Amino acid sequence: MTSVMFSLFGPRVSNDELLTRGARYALPTVVLTAARILLIVSVFFPYWSMVLEAPQYPDGLGVIAYVNTLSGDVAEVNGLNHYIGMRPLEEAANFERATAVWMVLAMFLLIELAAIVHSRWALLLVLPAMLFPLGFLADLQFWLYHFGQNLDPSAPLSSSVKPFTSPALGVGEIGQFKTVARVETGWWLACASSLLVIAGIFLHRRAYKPLFETAAREREAMRAAA
Amino acid sequence: MRHRVPIFTLSFAMTLGVGASFVFDVPAAAAQDTTKKKRRKEAEIAAVEITPAVAADLQKVATERGLRVEDLTAALKTYLPSGKLDDYIIFSSGGHSGQVFMIGVPSMRLLRSIAVFTPEPWQGYGYGAGQEVLEQGNFGESEVLWGDTHHPALSETGGEYDGQFLFIGDKANARLAVIDLRDMETKQIVKNPLTVSDHGASFVTPDTDYIVEGGQYSTPLGFAYSTVEDYEANYRGMVTLWKFDRKTGRIDPSKSFALELPPYFQDLADAGKKVSDGLIFLNSFCVESVTPGFDIGAVNFEAGCSQRDTDYLHIIDWKKAAQVFAAGGCEMVNGFPVMKMKKAAEEGVLCLAPEPKSPHGVDVTPNGEFIVVAGKLDPHVTVYSNTKIRDAIAKKKFSSSDAYGIPVLDFDAVMEVQVELGLGPLHTQYDNQGYAYTSLFLDSAVARWTLGGEYASKHPEEPWKLVTKTPVQYNIGHLVAAEGDTVSPDGGYLVAMNKWSLDRFFPTGPLLPQNFQLVDIAKSGTTMPVLYDMPIGVGEPHYAQMIKADKLHPWTVYPAVGWNPQTQSPDPNAVKLGEEKVVRDGHNVTVYMTAVRSHFAPDRFELNEGDSVTMHITSQEQSLDATHGFCIGGYNINLSLEPGESATLHFKADKSGVYPFYCTEFCSALHLEMLGYMVVKPSEPAVKVTEASKP
Repeated sequence: MTSVMFSLFGPRVSNDELLTRGARYALPTVVLTAARILLIVSVFFPYWSMVLEAPQYPDGLGVIAYVNTLSGDVAEVNGLNHYIGMRPLEEAANFERATAVWMVLAMFLLIELAAIVHSRWALLLVLPAMLFPLGFLADLQFWLYHFGQNLDPSAPLSSSVKPFTSPALGVGEIGQFKTVARVETGWWLACASSLLVIAGIFLHRRAYKPLFETAAREREAMRAAA
Repeated sequence: MRHRVPIFTLSFAMTLGVGASFVFDVPAAAAQDTTKKKRRKEAEIAAVEITPAVAADLQKVATERGLRVEDLTAALKTYLPSGKLDDYIIFSSGGHSGQVFMIGVPSMRLLRSIAVFTPEPWQGYGYGAGQEVLEQGNFGESEVLWGDTHHPALSETGGEYDGQFLFIGDKANARLAVIDLRDMETKQIVKNPLTVSDHGASFVTPDTDYIVEGGQYSTPLGFAYSTVEDYEANYRGMVTLWKFDRKTGRIDPSKSFALELPPYFQDLADAGKKVSDGLIFLNSFCVESVTPGFDIGAVNFEAGCSQRDTDYLHIIDWKKAAQVFAAGGCEMVNGFPVMKMKKAAEEGVLCLAPEPKSPHGVDVTPNGEFIVVAGKLDPHVTVYSNTKIRDAIAKKKFSSSDAYGIPVLDFDAVMEVQVELGLGPLHTQYDNQGYAYTSLFLDSAVARWTLGGEYASKHPEEPWKLVTKTPVQYNIGHLVAAEGDTVSPDGGYLVAMNKWSLDRFFPTGPLLPQNFQLVDIAKSGTTMPVLYDMPIGVGEPHYAQMIKADKLHPWTVYPAVGWNPQTQSPDPNAVKLGEEKVVRDGHNVTVYMTAVRSHFAPDRFELNEGDSVTMHITSQEQSLDATHGFCIGGYNINLSLEPGESATLHFKADKSGVYPFYCTEFCSALHLEMLGYMVVKPSEPAVKVTEASKP
């Protein structure tokens, strides 16, 4: 193994070590696998929703965000938004929605890769999955801000409704509408995945760090001897 | 290392498998959208407690308003707080309004009218759209723009209302209409090719194979001419069996046929059910074959039709008739297959039974065994037995034949019992307690009486006996009980459809509304109070049917944007947002328009006087109740564009000038701003501004 390969992938585990302390090495893999499953499952569930409440909508109007699509009363909400000059919701986060499935797949593969990388680089590999739930909300808030602040000045109600920013979480108010935004099942699954990744990477570090340091010392000694 | 391989392989396989599946599945999963819940907050209703304070309050209101205790109970039984929905829906004939009314029970609130034979602007029926349906009812070249709707019939499966379609007859013009209960719109009108007027329409066979249209005033069939002196030779009655195709939701005239009948005035009908399935019962009056003529001193109809003590109940084996028709047993009259009555009698399709004179309703009991005939001029209802009828036909127990050679069954051989109820029995329906209810026109009352046979054990009283009469106000015609003409009536509610209201409502001028009275029939015995009066100030209804509300599943918006309600499918001419345009081809102009809150696009189009214009207008709305109208003043055009609907209209730009078009259904805060201009350039240069009007 070259020194570059070693510093990237770290040492392999000897059969003796595996036989004596197998659980120690299997555990991070199991936890990270669980994290990966949760991450995949999460994309089948909605991540976020906003309910608009107004007297003439007794059932409310709901917009439901999945990682790659919007559903719910999008057409009706767009219809209402045109009065205040907000662009159709489908025009928001196009890049994110188009690439979301691939990004999740990439995170999934990166966690996979982290399991076989026995060096500190493993942390970098799982970082995207770890930060994904927060990143999702931050991106959402960016688009809410961007859409709310850039209203068409020639819209029918532009004189009465000024640019605004809906909160990504919690209660907002616009015209006769009360908006209630909250995270949904998918986001919570991604969060659980993120926590499992943190736990997994901790167990990973506990298992491989001593091994890595011992191996590094041995390689140092061998190089010195040579 | 060997130890690691299985774990790694397993997780890698999962990567591929799970990864592949979610790449393809996510949009589908998203589209299912299972997270939208009904968010309406149902207020918690605590059990009502009449505390002394509440009682005092109620006492005060009752005293101030002059209410009796039974009024309070009636109010509680019918009052629906805002947002609560009715348990039953009545589809009532709208009489000579040419419409159908939808009424909620027990609140007795008019929910909507359904335009059928008469143009109606709110529904945009006959003012640019809907003509294609109305025109089907033309009388040859002549437009007929009203109807006298008499008897609605809900489609049935196994003798139960299935909530899919409603049929209704037009007595004045012998027409039948089909209403699709998904959008409550009229889809088809068929004009009877044989006769001018009908009465026994519409009644369906238990699985809606056929819709029965019995005629009324005899004429030469197929609109032929014959002087009244040749009445017996050339005038004929008829019954038409219209074949209904449930798949297309249309009557199929090519598979329909009629029976020629003697020139009696056929009246109400009913199809047999269960044990009597396969038979149709059809009343008649004026078997005297009166030929009028005040100028020659002949007796008039009123007196002439009441000379004999009996008229004839027609008994028709429609299943056998269908076989004879299929075997070519019909002759063409005015292009329509008609089975001659001689042939029908020979084939055992048609026979008669005497019935007390001038009957109206003929109503089969839920089990199909008894047929109740209410003779207006006889204080009895006459009950026939299906078993006895079938037996008498099989054993040829005929007492005679009529003047036209139709065999007449022996009255005593087919009659089960006669029950004396009172004056002017007219129409009968049933409940779930073994009772029958008959309207008594002259007594102005609803009679409750007991059925016999298998029903005898369901009620505490003797069979075939009058139990009680509830006075109604006034002159009751038909009555309707909850699912009261099906194989399993629900009981509970009955509505008396009174012809006169006299003093019941504030006087509305010399033309008074009719009075629908809700009667509580839930309790057995003599308790049967009137609960509520509902004025009908639109037309004079006849028959009605009352269906359990949960059997109806109307669309709340059309299934897709660009829907054509006539074809019940997406319209190929529907206009998408952003694809609006005006296309000119010589003098033909086609406007592709969209409507969405709160604008039409295009909001202006220019025509030349004389242009032939086609407009495709598509509502982009998908939201409950977001209906738009579209009218062009001066051009007699008004459409109702319900959410998702696409409509097409044609007109000639025969008047130059500037015509604002606007939305006629208040749709939004900017509804008044939902307008546009149709600018029609004059064919000859006109003086645009007069000298005098210049500043």
